Amino acid sequence: MSLVTATVKRDLLLAARNPGEWLNPLMFFLMVAALFPLAVDPDPKFLSKIAGGVIWVAALLSTLLSLDALYKADVEDGSLEQWLASGESLYAMSLGKALVHWCISGLPLTIMAPVLGLMLSLPQDAYAALLLSLLVGTPVLSLLGAVGAALTAGVRSGGLLLSLLILPLYIPVLIFAASAVYHAGIGMDYNGQIGFLGALLALAACLTPFASAAALKLNLSR
Amino acid sequence: MSFAPDQIKIDLEARQLCCERDDRILFDQLDLRVENGDLLQLAGPNGAGKTTLLRLLAGLNRDYDGELLWHGQPLYDDFSSYAAQRLYQGHLAAVKKALTPIENLRWLVSQWSVDDARLWQALDEVELAGYEETPCQQLSAGQQRRVALARLCIAPAALWILDEPFTALDKSGVAWLEKRIQKHVEAGGAVIITSHHALENIASLKQLDLGQLAMNRGQA
Repeated sequence: MSLVTATVKRDLLLAARNPGEWLNPLMFFLMVAALFPLAVDPDPKFLSKIAGGVIWVAALLSTLLSLDALYKADVEDGSLEQWLASGESLYAMSLGKALVHWCISGLPLTIMAPVLGLMLSLPQDAYAALLLSLLVGTPVLSLLGAVGAALTAGVRSGGLLLSLLILPLYIPVLIFAASAVYHAGIGMDYNGQIGFLGALLALAACLTPFASAAALKLNLSR
Repeated sequence: MSFAPDQIKIDLEARQLCCERDDRILFDQLDLRVENGDLLQLAGPNGAGKTTLLRLLAGLNRDYDGELLWHGQPLYDDFSSYAAQRLYQGHLAAVKKALTPIENLRWLVSQWSVDDARLWQALDEVELAGYEETPCQQLSAGQQRRVALARLCIAPAALWILDEPFTALDKSGVAWLEKRIQKHVEAGGAVIITSHHALENIASLKQLDLGQLAMNRGQA
């Protein structure tokens, strides 16, 4: 078993042992959607217009919440040092870490999203677009976020810095994804937006692990 | 034991190694060579650069002047083959508290392919029998350290680079580790170690005192 698969397995096992860590952002996701109609306007007509956007903003912010812990523990307990010492590709390792992060943040968000859609009276036609956009868009969030997490892993209270660094990079994903859901809701074609998200995913999957690997090396060569 | 360290040729060499931290020269023009059967202890006061030198030798830090050679070739030319033949244990144990010793050890040796049954044997050898399935947060600091050190029994690496491995170990742990190091060196392996612990009863011990080097440099 190579170190990369072993790490993916170990991190999933760790997530299963400490469910609090990844359930907290999911609770946040759920609460935003639950509180929105109470605070703004419970009128289904109004809600159905903004539902896609609200769900996507909530998904993005809850992803941001969960990123801080991605590399921090590994830096502190010396796991990262052992990766670097193993001489195995940091590219594959960063990709594996981003994959694990998606499994415990993006994937559950995608699974929960239809329930939120129901709460916000999302138009019937928009469910497919919502699921598809989350399925393609949230891995981009994980991949980009992993770069920020790698950069700030050695920084004390790097959470704020992480948000400032990563939020601008999330904007294109948010725009295309929310627009896809909105257009699906009013009965228009949304293939273009999903196509753009797919292109972003392809780019992020190829390029961000390089950045993560470089950032991790930087963190350790002190 | 299936793995014999003397079957792997160890030849790690530093030539004119120089390292600077925060405008302070930790060591310069340092030459050293480690071959099969060597035990090299780095000594010196706190802050003398022992850990820094160890990390350079382990290939974790490339911020140096001079040359580092493995089998006569620069260390980073074929880093993965070097990495497979040396084991680095920093002063951090890399043990996850939520996982059990067996799960931790499985991850720690995953870079080599090690039989699962051997993991249980290794934990038995470091006196953790009966604790294999207890989460590490319920173990003491010394026991967590033993989980990481259990690697020394099973990893097929000929060159060990150990940073303060005696920390947090009790008397029997220290004795066990001393014996383990001695056995490894006698079998043809090599060990580079930083420790304030005296290792005098091992015959092939070589010492490199970084504090002394710094003083000589000051006089020159």
